[in-house]
Amino acid sequence: MNIRTTATLMEPDQIRRAVKRIAHEIVERNRGVDGLIVVGIRRRGVPLAERIAGYLEQIEGQSVPTGILDITLYRDDFQTITSAPKVGRTEINDDIHERVVILVDDVLYTGRTVRAALDELIDFGRPGRIQLAVLVDRGHREIPIKADYVGKNVPTNEGEIVEVHLEEVDGCDEVILAEKPA
Amino acid sequence: MNSLNRKHLLGLEGWNADEINTVLDSAVSFKEVSERSVKKVPALRGKTIVNLFFENSTRTRISFELAEKRLSADTVNFSASTSSVKKGESLRDTVENIEAMKIDMIVIRHSSAGAPFFLSQIVDASVINAGDGQHEHPTQGLLDIFTLREKWGALAGRKVVIVGDVKHSRVARSNIHGLVALDAEVVLCGPPTLMPVGIESLGVKVETNLPRALEGADAVNVLRIQLERQRAGLLPSLDEYARVWGIDNRALQYTSPDCIVMHPGPMNRGVEIAQDVADGDRAVILEQVTNGLAVRMAVLYLIGGAEMARDDETTETSGGQVNARPKTQEAA
Repeated sequence: MNIRTTATLMEPDQIRRAVKRIAHEIVERNRGVDGLIVVGIRRRGVPLAERIAGYLEQIEGQSVPTGILDITLYRDDFQTITSAPKVGRTEINDDIHERVVILVDDVLYTGRTVRAALDELIDFGRPGRIQLAVLVDRGHREIPIKADYVGKNVPTNEGEIVEVHLEEVDGCDEVILAEKPA
Repeated sequence: MNSLNRKHLLGLEGWNADEINTVLDSAVSFKEVSERSVKKVPALRGKTIVNLFFENSTRTRISFELAEKRLSADTVNFSASTSSVKKGESLRDTVENIEAMKIDMIVIRHSSAGAPFFLSQIVDASVINAGDGQHEHPTQGLLDIFTLREKWGALAGRKVVIVGDVKHSRVARSNIHGLVALDAEVVLCGPPTLMPVGIESLGVKVETNLPRALEGADAVNVLRIQLERQRAGLLPSLDEYARVWGIDNRALQYTSPDCIVMHPGPMNRGVEIAQDVADGDRAVILEQVTNGLAVRMAVLYLIGGAEMARDDETTETSGGQVNARPKTQEAA
C-alpha cells in the first residue's frame, strides 16, 4: 500500500523521554517494581516493553521480567482478512498469578488488539492487576478500553495512519502521521 | 504476507518450499501453545471439523483431534467400523450426509489412494488427507521435515535416507516430495521387491546396499514393515529382513556421527528398528509425535483461515460488525 507521510509526530528524543516518563509513572503508581512483569504485544510492543523494563531497572536497581504476547490466534477479524495471518510465538515464562502485568503496545486505536491481548493473558493465569502502557493513543475506540500510561495523545482522523518505527524493528525511532491514498 | 493459499491438503506433491516453510514456521508458534497450562486458543472457534477414519489409527487420529480441540474447533469423530458404512453406504453418500449438517473441514484417512481428492471434488468443505492408501500422508511428511528442520535449521544439502518398504509407504512418498522441494538429498533403500520401479524420477537416488546408502547420512527415516507383506511373498522372513535391512547400532556406524533416527510408528521393534536404537540417543521418535501435534495445528489453522477468507469473498456479510481497517495500526 502506498502511503504519504504528512507529519512527524515524535522524534527519537521525544520517544526516549516519553518511554522514560512512562517507566517513572509505573514505579510511582505501583510503589516500586516488586511483582511487576512487562509484557509487549507483538510486534512493536515488544521492543517498547524491553525499553521500559530497562528504565525500570535503572530507576529501582532491580531487574523486571518481560514477556511477549502474540495475539494473532485471539483476533476477532478472521472474517475480514484475506488469509490466515502469520502466527508468532507467545513467550510468557514467568507465572503471572497475582502479579502486576504491564501490557505494552505501540498504538492504541480501536482497542481490539488490547481486548485480544487481555483474553490471551487471562489464559495464562489470574494476574493481580493489568495496566496498559502505549506510546501513542490516537483515539477512535470501538470498545471500552483505556490506557493507564500514554506517551503522547494524538487526535487523528479515521482515514489517517499512525506508524511507529522503532530502532529494533525498523532501524530508526520515529512516529509519523500518514494518509491513505484516496 | 506469509500465508498459504490452499483450500485442501491432499498431498505434498506440487508444494513449493515457501508453502512448506509457511506451515513449519507457524508450527513453531503452535508448539508453544501445547506448553501452556491452558492449552487452548480461540483461532477456530465455531468451526466444525469431522474426522473420518476409514482405517485404524492411534497417533494420527489422537493428534488431529487434540490439534482441533486446542484450536477451539468443534470435532466429530467417525469410524467406519461403527457406522452405516457397515450397512453398505458409499463414501459419497456418507460424506454428503455429513456435509448436509454444515461442517467446515474434513480430515480423512482411507485405504484407497485418491479418496481425499475424490472428496475435495464433491464437497465445499476443506479436505485434509490423514493418509490415503499407498499415496500420501502429508502431515506425517511435514512433521518429519519439521523435526529435521528443528535439528538442523535448513535442510538443503543434508542427506536423508529412507529405509524399508518404500513401495507401500505413503509416509515415504510425502517425505520425498517435501524433502526434494527443500533441496535435501534423498536416498531410498530397501529390498528390490519393495522398491517401486522408476521412483528416481521424483528426484531421489535408489541404493539397494544398506551400508552404502547410509554412508554419511544425516538422518535415517525407518519405515514400518507391514507384517502381511511376508505372506504376499515379498519378504522371505522377518528375521532375514531384520538382519539385512534392520537399523541397529551396527548399521549406524556408517552414518555421520550425529545422524538422527526417525520412525513414523507404530514400530516393530526388532524388525525394522533394533530395540537399543529405538530407545537410544539418536532416536527422535517421540519428538516426532510432539511435533506432529504442532504441525497439524498449523495446517488446520492455515487451511481453515484461508477457507474463511474465501467464504467472505463469495457470501454477503451478514449484519455483524466489520472491521476493515488496515492492520498496520494495531494488529501488525
